Amino acid sequence: MRLPGTLREFGIPRLLIAVFLAVLFGVAVATHMDLRGLISDSIVRVGRNGILVLALLPAIQGGLGLNFGLPLGIICGLVGAVISLNAGVHGIWGVAMAAGIGVALAVPVGMGYGWLLNRTRGQEMMVGTYLGFAMVSMMSVFWLLAPFKNPTLVWAIGGRGLRTTLSLGGIYDKVLDRWLEFTVAGVRIPGGTLVVFGGLSFLTWLFFRTRMGISIAAARSSTRFARAAGISDERTRLQATVLSTVLGAIGIVIFSQSYGFVQLYTAPLLMAFPAIACILIGGATVTRATIGHVIVGTLLFQSILTVALPVTSQVIQGDISETARLIIQNGMILYALTRVGRA
Amino acid sequence: MTSSAAGAPALELKGIVKEYEQNRVLKGVSLSFQSPAEAMEAGIGMVHQEFMLLPGFRVAENIKLNREPTLPNPASRVLGKKLESLDVARMRADARRALDAVGLGIDEWIRVAGLPVGHMQFIEIAREVDKERLKLLIFDEPTAVLTESDAEKLLDIMRGLASKGHAILFITHRLDEVLAVANRITVLRDGEVVGTPDPKTTTVARIAELMVGRPAAIAAQRRFFAPTTEPALGIEHLREDMPGERVEDISLAVRRGEILGIGGLAGHGKLGIANGIMGLYPAWGRVVFGEKLFPLNEPREALERGLAFVSEDRRGVGLLPEESVELNIALSALEAQGRFLHPSPIPALQVLNHGAMHRHALEMIRALDIRTTGPSQQVRRLSGGNQQKVCVARAMTLRPKLLFVSEPTRGIDVGAKERVLEILTALNREQEVTLVVTSSELAELRAICDRVAIVYRGKVEAILPPDAPDAAFGLAMAGESARAA
Repeated sequence: MRLPGTLREFGIPRLLIAVFLAVLFGVAVATHMDLRGLISDSIVRVGRNGILVLALLPAIQGGLGLNFGLPLGIICGLVGAVISLNAGVHGIWGVAMAAGIGVALAVPVGMGYGWLLNRTRGQEMMVGTYLGFAMVSMMSVFWLLAPFKNPTLVWAIGGRGLRTTLSLGGIYDKVLDRWLEFTVAGVRIPGGTLVVFGGLSFLTWLFFRTRMGISIAAARSSTRFARAAGISDERTRLQATVLSTVLGAIGIVIFSQSYGFVQLYTAPLLMAFPAIACILIGGATVTRATIGHVIVGTLLFQSILTVALPVTSQVIQGDISETARLIIQNGMILYALTRVGRA
Repeated sequence: MTSSAAGAPALELKGIVKEYEQNRVLKGVSLSFQSPAEAMEAGIGMVHQEFMLLPGFRVAENIKLNREPTLPNPASRVLGKKLESLDVARMRADARRALDAVGLGIDEWIRVAGLPVGHMQFIEIAREVDKERLKLLIFDEPTAVLTESDAEKLLDIMRGLASKGHAILFITHRLDEVLAVANRITVLRDGEVVGTPDPKTTTVARIAELMVGRPAAIAAQRRFFAPTTEPALGIEHLREDMPGERVEDISLAVRRGEILGIGGLAGHGKLGIANGIMGLYPAWGRVVFGEKLFPLNEPREALERGLAFVSEDRRGVGLLPEESVELNIALSALEAQGRFLHPSPIPALQVLNHGAMHRHALEMIRALDIRTTGPSQQVRRLSGGNQQKVCVARAMTLRPKLLFVSEPTRGIDVGAKERVLEILTALNREQEVTLVVTSSELAELRAICDRVAIVYRGKVEAILPPDAPDAAFGLAMAGESARAA
């Protein structure tokens, strides 16, 4: 089947998913659901997940493929969040402190991760997956044994070990979502979170137009070209990994404040997968991605997740949204991996 | 280069070539054999230049691989022939016979790993000889890796096989060997037959002449300034580890302001020289540039000291095919010299000055006549010749003192070839850039160079003036320049 040029450029998987989303919205309209609420929820989720998706961009641009090791950055952000909670810092300063500590941790962690990836060239995605899994398990021990004393964080009985889910209610729950919040035609827009997402996207875009960013992208395109141009691709890969890990740390802090809870223990385990699905649905490949892919992909995938649950439960009196999520998410990753080397 | 069929039944060879040609005419490039297995089935054996042996397997196992004699066993009776046991005794006997036929006295049950290359070569031949249906045996540069005495032995074996009725197609550039064994000789150049001299009457010099061919009318362009004898780049005992290129002991002095050509046959190291000095492959030796000792294996240092390189591998090293023309032109200068950037307190975070890059690209597009829809077009959409001009433009942007250009006209059309050569000579004359041009096309070296160095087996065999006789070039390429004197 040959599609017209513009449609082909858009990509068949993206097309199918956009059509699926349109059908979901169509059903929502037909069954008189709260359309404004659905759109508003979709936008909230875009802001919530956007930075985690953005975190994948430097890794792809740096030639490391899909960063399945994203949980490493996420864990750094979580440690930052827990420390800020333990210190009892509220409001926007709590978020800033959590993000700041997260970034400070993510830089050395990212360097170690990058060092490892340079030693396991060509298997970045598999190494990232396993390293992520291993670190999540190791951190589960840490959460249990870490000397946090704040009674709102530790288990009520026994007084030792952090709880699996920490509520941010009254601390910095939705503090960015509410900051600069406004309503357009009855649709609530979480201004602050979107501003942070937009700002970081802009900075990332700008970074890839700097000398360092251009070297990273050049080394991705051709190792041998980079070498001939005097670029050390070991260094650019390290830089890309650090940047990806740092964005992952910031991403989870923003995610948590918007979600209202900090999830510990095994929660970060599978967090890379939906983010990866987002950027791929946006049109990125394992070797090439843009900010546009991040935004479009997050919008499409998160909207489907938001709309699918209420719509399907309305129509078939059951929940297939989780099933749909898993099929789309993992199918998309599988599809992208079959395209490796073909671009 | 030179091929010869020895032995009696040359009919098979003719048949194959004819069939190949017919098929080519009928179906474009599709061959009569769909797979190597079919060619083997038809009785063609091949001794490869790169050995096709499994190092962890024993000699006999390698010889009989996939053709093992087998014995039935209970499992194979039920599940089919694939599960039959190996008949080790027969394997060893067969292998022994084949090894004896090629005069190799080693134990047939030792592993191949660690054997000397000469032995591997003979095992490879023994494997082919062992094939019952063998009619034609192809040797692709078999003597390239052998010592002289082993090479002698190989020629004897070839004579022996031919006398037993096997046809042999012997591909080599060693002219002496051709004359020693061949019944008929065919000389190829650039994929075409250029002559079939009779081995009984021809000489090495005559074959060498055919190999080189007449150069296109050498442009008698007068130079604007004569090259000095002042050395620009001194290379002493350069040795290098580049796959497929042999650079063993190159010593060469490049004079300031000249165009030095480097020629020689494929694999003899001509391409390695530029790659080694630019730091793209590990290299050892003493290099002096501008009266200062020049560090090897430091690509960045090479660029910073005023060297530039237009690589023979356009797609792999020369270009970022997915990126725009302007970025491709600016990138090396941007990286090595920090040009085309907005000022910023942190050097690594200087933002690209798109305007400056764009203007520079437009200038280059005009100067080099690059056919493109504009500076932002993806480089992979350009034709080969225009891609090459982009590579040259990037090197020029570095404003080098000395420029290496490898295979400047490979894979580009005739018109563009001339344009690229013009650009290079203009660069040399008008901007006084010293040029080192490496090319497989001797004619183009002779057209634009002041001197042409010919490398042979990783060493400089001769440095010739461009108007030296054809035979002198041919002999130098075959490592026999002594004979020309």
